[in-house]
Parts: sequence; C-alpha cells; structure tokens
Amino acid sequence: MLRRLHHDQPDSFSFTKENLTWAKNQIKKYPKGREASAIIPLLWRAQEQEGWLTRPAIEYVSQMLDMAFIRALEVASFYFMFQLQPVGGVAHVQVCGTTSCMICGSEELAEICKKYISPNQLELSENGKFSWEEVECLGACSNAPMVQIGKDYYEDLNPSKLLNILEEFENGRIPPPGPQNERFAAEPASGLTTLKEFKNEKLRNNASVDLAVTLKDTVTWLGVSKSKSKSKKQEN
Amino acid sequence: MTDMKTIIIDNQELEVDSAMTLLQACEVASIEVPRFCYHERLSIAGNCRMCLVEVVGGPPKPTASCAMQVRDLRPGPNGEPPMVKTKSEMVKKAREGVMEFLLINHPLDCPICDQGGECDLQDQAMAYGVDFSRFREAKRATEDLNLGPLVETHMTRCISCTRCVRFTTEVAGITQMGQTGRGEDAEITSYLGETLNSNLQGNIIDLCPVGALTSKPYSFTARPWELKKTETIDVMDAMGSAIRVDTKGREVMRILPINHDAVNEEWISDKTRFVWDGLRRQRLDRPYLRENGKLRESTWPEALQLAKSKLQGGKVFGLAGDLASVESIFALKQLIVELNGGFECRLDGAKLPNDFRGAYAGTAVIEDLDEAEHIMIIGSNPRDEAPVLNARIRKAWAGGANIELVGPASDLTYDYEHVGKNRAALTKLLKRPLNNKIKDKKSVIVVGIGAINEEDGYGVLSLISEIADSSDSKILIMHTAASRVGAMDIGFVHDGDWIEAVKNSDVVYNLGADEINIEAGPFVIYQGSHGDCGAHRADLILPSASYTEESGLFVNLEGRVQLAHRANFAPGDAKENWAILRALSNELDKKLPYDNLTELREALFGKFDHLRHIGLIADKSFGTVSKVKLNNNDFKNIINDFYLTNPIARASEVMAELSSGTRSKEINVAAE
Repeated sequence: MLRRLHHDQPDSFSFTKENLTWAKNQIKKYPKGREASAIIPLLWRAQEQEGWLTRPAIEYVSQMLDMAFIRALEVASFYFMFQLQPVGGVAHVQVCGTTSCMICGSEELAEICKKYISPNQLELSENGKFSWEEVECLGACSNAPMVQIGKDYYEDLNPSKLLNILEEFENGRIPPPGPQNERFAAEPASGLTTLKEFKNEKLRNNASVDLAVTLKDTVTWLGVSKSKSKSKKQEN
Repeated sequence: MTDMKTIIIDNQELEVDSAMTLLQACEVASIEVPRFCYHERLSIAGNCRMCLVEVVGGPPKPTASCAMQVRDLRPGPNGEPPMVKTKSEMVKKAREGVMEFLLINHPLDCPICDQGGECDLQDQAMAYGVDFSRFREAKRATEDLNLGPLVETHMTRCISCTRCVRFTTEVAGITQMGQTGRGEDAEITSYLGETLNSNLQGNIIDLCPVGALTSKPYSFTARPWELKKTETIDVMDAMGSAIRVDTKGREVMRILPINHDAVNEEWISDKTRFVWDGLRRQRLDRPYLRENGKLRESTWPEALQLAKSKLQGGKVFGLAGDLASVESIFALKQLIVELNGGFECRLDGAKLPNDFRGAYAGTAVIEDLDEAEHIMIIGSNPRDEAPVLNARIRKAWAGGANIELVGPASDLTYDYEHVGKNRAALTKLLKRPLNNKIKDKKSVIVVGIGAINEEDGYGVLSLISEIADSSDSKILIMHTAASRVGAMDIGFVHDGDWIEAVKNSDVVYNLGADEINIEAGPFVIYQGSHGDCGAHRADLILPSASYTEESGLFVNLEGRVQLAHRANFAPGDAKENWAILRALSNELDKKLPYDNLTELREALFGKFDHLRHIGLIADKSFGTVSKVKLNNNDFKNIINDFYLTNPIARASEVMAELSSGTRSKEINVAAE
C-alpha cells in the first residue's frame, strides 16, 4: 500500500501538557546522542492525541528529537500502525483478516464495515465518526474473529455483534471490550477443561478489559466532544 | 594493530584484515563480486542482495558478502580456514534470482536511457542474469521527483539501493532525501518535494547504479561510447580535483570525477561538474582591439604588432589570473623580466609571504584532515571555497573530530564551536590552556584567504602560526584560485604594493585575471578565454585556450603538482597561452628559449626542480612571518557566490540558474 501524507493537513501540532511530560520522560530512557530512538513511542503518542499522524505532528516530534523531518517520515510511512490520513472521530475499526479470523468469518465483519462505515478502507464514514481497515494478525487468534478499536480488542464477534458495537459508539457510549460471547478470556468456548478449581475466583473482567472499564485507559478522540465523554463516564 | 586472518576464497588461500568484509576480501583476491548498494565510501546497507556468496559451513543459504565480516566466519571442523565460494551453483542461482527480482519493476527503456552503455544493471544483467522474465503482471508506476536543475529523476528505474540517500546524508550533509514506505511501495523521495540544497549533489548521478538519477544538463546529448575521455585536473577551486573530461568532436559534453584518494576521493563539486556549458559561451575566438572606445575584431599579426608597440619602452606589469597554468605564468614572468617589469599573482589581496613554501602551501596535506581530531577553521567557509574538502572535514567531524570556527557563522553541514568573528577570537585561541591538550592530538588549522587579505594579513598569519606552534597543529591554506600556489612556487610576486605598481605602469599584461578592477590609465592587454570583466577593461584582447583546451601544470592548495591534459581544442583563432607569449616574445625580439611545451617544461623544471615531480608534494616548511599590528575587524569570507567565481562559471547558464536559485532561497529564509 502506497503511503503518503494526507493532502489536507492541520496548521500546527503540539503535545498536551501531560503528553509533553510523558514524552520528555520517554526521551530520558535513551543515552545522550541517541534520543532519536524515542521516535516510535513519541509518534504513537502524537497519534493517540490526534487520532491520526499529521504532518505538523511528525515535524514537531522530529524537532523534539533533533532529527531531520525525512527520517521521521520514513518511520511514520514504514509502520502501518501509524495512520497518515484522518480516521473516524469516534472509532477506527481495525478488522483482523489473517488466517484464524478469516476462517471464523472476518470477511463478514468487513462486509458490515463496508455497509455501515464506508465502501473503502481508510475512508471516513459520511458523518465522520467512523473509518475502518483490514489489518494483519493482531494475535488474538483463539478469540477469532475480532476487531481492534482504539486500544481495545473486541473479540468473539459475529456480524450482528459488531453492528451492535458500532451502534453503541454511534450513540456516544463505549461498549465494554473483550470477548463478546460471555467468555472471560481465551479459555475454551465450551467451558474450562482444566484448572476448574479456580473458577469460583472469577473476576468480573479479564485484565485488559479491566484496563478499559475500570481504569478508563481507553482512547477518546477529538471527535468525541468533552461533554459527551463526561456523560459516558457516568454511564459506565 | 590489525588482526590478520586466513580465508579461502574459491580455493585461493589469502590472509586479510579480519575487519574486512567478505566483498573486500574478494577484491583483494581479484574476484569480482557484483553489487549495487555497496559503495566503499558510504555506509553498508546490504539491501540489494546482489553480492551474495556461499559460506561453506555457514548457514545453508547465501550470505550478503558486503555485510559479513571476515572475523565473523567460523573455521572448519578441524580448524581449517573458513571457506567462501563465489562461483558455486548456489551463488549462480542466487544471483540469477536477485537479478530477476530487480528487473521485475525495472522498465526495459535502455534505448532511451542516458545511463545506457555505462549502467551497472545492464552490465550485471548481462553477466549474472538470465535471459528471460517470468513476470507477467504490470510493472510499478511512480512519480518522478523534482530535485532541482541538476539531477533528473526517472523513478521507475530505481532499484532502491539507497546510495543517493546515504550519500546526501553522510557525505553532503543534507537532509532532504529519504526512503519512505515499505516493500513494493518503498520509494526514494525528497521531503515534501524539496529540491536538494547542496553543492555536491551531482555526485548522486555517478552513484546511481541505474538510470534513475541522471544529469539534467547532459540529458540526451551523447552516448558514453561516442565520447572521448581525457583524464585531467579541475581548476574551479584550488583543490585540483581529478576529473575526466568527456568530449564529442570539439565540444565538452560532461565532466566526471575520477578517484584520487589524497585529493577528492571520488567526489567533485557541482561547479566542477556542470560548468562545461560555460566553455561554449562568451568565448573569445579572435583578437580584439579597442578603437575609439569600442572593441573591434582584429587579426593575430595586427594584435601582436599593437602589443609590441605598447610593450616596447613602456613600464609593464603582469597579472596572473586564477585559472592560468604554471607554464603560462612562467612564460609571462620570463617575458616581463626581459622587459624589466613587475608581476603579481595574489590578486585577492592575500598576504602570503613567498619566502618559504609552507607559508603559502601550508604545512598540512588534505589527507591530514581525515585523521585530525581537532580542526580550527579561520576566516573561511569551506563549503563554498572547496566543497569536496568540506566533505572531508565533515568526515572527520563524523569520526569524532572537534571543529572550531573563527569568522562569520554559516551552515557548514556539521556542528562546530563558534569561537568568534574577529581578531580578538584568534588571540583567545592562542592563550587558552586547551592548546596543551590539542598538542597530543592530530590537529589542523584551515586558514581562509578571507582571514589574511586585509592590511593586517601578515599579522593574522603570524598569529595563526603561533597558535599552530602552541597546539602543534598543521596549517592548511584554503586557496580559492587554482593557479595561486603554482604562481607562488615560481615567484610570480611583487615586493611592495602591487596596486600602486599597476596604477603607475604604462601597460598591464593581464593573463586571465577577471576578479580585479584595473583603474583607467594603463593600456591593458588581456589574454584569456572568456569575454568577462577582464576583457571589458581590456584595450587589446588576445584569445587563449581554457583549462580543458591545453595541457598545463597546476599546483593545488596543499602544494601537489598535477598535470592537466588537453581534452579538446580552443575555438576559432584562440591559441594556447604559452604559445601566445612565445609568439609575442619573438615579435619583441626577446625570443623565449623554447619552441614547444616540452622545452618550456624543461626550462621550468631547470629553475624549479620540485615541479618535475608530478603527483607529489615537495617539502613544505613554515618560517617566521613578520608581525603586524592587528585591526579589530570581523573576518569576512572571500566567496560571495559559490556558483559565480570565475569567468567560465559566469558564462554558464546552469551556474546562473543555480546562483539565482540559492539567492532566492536566501531571500525566502530572510523573509521568514
């Protein structure tokens, strides 16, 4: 896939205060003269802040690390995880399309995305809230098929479940991530076959879901206005 | 100490430095290994995979020989030396496979490609490829970049070797070029379509192993096999870079660098490379003389007659220009000595004493920069004054050398400590305790002509020699004129104020000096190749050959004697410089005692024996320079516009375009 900078770019970028402190701490991890090694975490944080990686963001980060702009662009254009075009303000749906997910029906999920979001990948939906793309293996094969939205995995999907999730997002709520078929994590779908004695200690959510639900460590993008995200927290 | 290791390559046992790569070891064994991305003066990329060889006992797959060191090879089971095969079936198959992949996206447009005939891909496809392709799909489409007026791009031909990216970032020190994307969509780009901002950019044309980067001014004008190649010496700056001048018929079609480790490695500046269109324009092809304030065409007999009538009886002063060869200056000197006149070559006002060679040729050689750990640059912008030398300083800097600058701050493509702008900063350099530490290191002081061309020039030079003594540094004088050291070698200097002497003389014999202003008064005979400033002021113009059109000796800024050869012939009635002077001497009944260039050289070598040793640097020592009270001016660099420093460059359209391009860039920066 040919990756270029988007034709429509914002005028400027700067890290928020928290992100700037975080970024400065990241740079400290590397020896003097090797600050450029922090390029990927910093670009990633810039993308989390804006939803996608803008040209001003790439230039801002390369200036922070004292690198030539082209060196940062090389990194940004190399890794597909960096979105070089605007993505949905509410959710960017990354549908895993690799073997396990494909066998378990990821193509049908992609069909839903085509209908609900937009016929082409990496294109904004009409209301600008959504975009989608097919990605390579996300490593959740035992919970196939699955999609990644922001930081979270939505696993054990089928077309109607994905549609529900998208509708929840559309209505300003963040549906709880994780397996969508009552599974706790990646245990056998037919129930535990071993280590059954620990079953009673079952937590409400597995650790990664807990991050999103309890600690609210989930991505909220600019597209979601502040009042909305507040109301979401109350609902959760 | 180097660690030697024995290795067997194709049954040939040899001992090599263990830090060598397999490819280098193969070269030692005179075995050719094909390659595209590997270049000995650039970092190792290892991405073209053309240099695959088989390592016996290694992993059961071919190894990229450019990226594997000899020391990393394992010995055989019984301690035998490691074995490498370059002609095995595995290697042959691997090369064929790599070549097939490289050709998948490479267009078959060799008949309309400028690289045709000197293309690495063409040659290696012939030698190591197969004669068919199994690829039936559509080839990759690309957009061509605009890199500026010098480098033309055809990105469909690119094989992504990244030599251009590595050269621009490592040697030229610019940051526009890079490789974005990945896989099939990887593309060589410049950041957001920026053009290249370097005066060494032409070198990427040579580096490109295919026809992706070609020369814009040379495009579609000639084929390599119809060119006559002459190896000669460049005169655009005082480095004396080794060049190859390619001619078709009478015309110079292009200029390429040749390898000379001690001088230019294998780079040349854009002025050297692209100045050739200036050799065709504004040429003086017949004698002219001034009548009623206007120049009119004339003939040789008439011109020589006029010169004779003026030279006889009048007070004569000779000036040697920046591009004149040692022979022509020598002939002029002998003629003027006969006429009891004076002469001078330091027309840029450089206060360089002629008493000892080290004072004007420096005590350092260019190669000293490679090993220098501390470099002090005084009153010079090496990026403008000798771009290739600047690349060497950059190499030293990249290797950890500490660079200091006294003079105007400018972008030199590397970091430096800016000590100050004026003479006071020099005193600071002398008095600091750090010099004791520098004493233990190798250090070089680069002295620009801009530092020593004012009234107090001798004083500055004397101060610099004190700094050199206190820090045990060598001195490199950054001449900007190719002829200067040679002219100083043969003593073409005037005691006292030469500007006064010019004013008081009746006739000025100007041998190609265009960078000076001769005030009204004396009768000026201009002998040169281009109708430029010198010809404007002239009362009599004697047309002569330019640097590609005659054989001549040049001594470069480190004092290395080099011989330039004739590549083509001068236009019209223009004659070789020494021959004009010889003819004039005959006219004056003061016949110079030589009838051809060989005899002239013998006469020259008889007087100045060190010039006989071509390619070598004669002994250089530094004496004491008289102290002069220093003023407190800021240092100024001597070159204002890199692209327009001599009449040939000023006649060149390409140089004019580059010059206006840099100026508009500077204006934009200032406006911001």
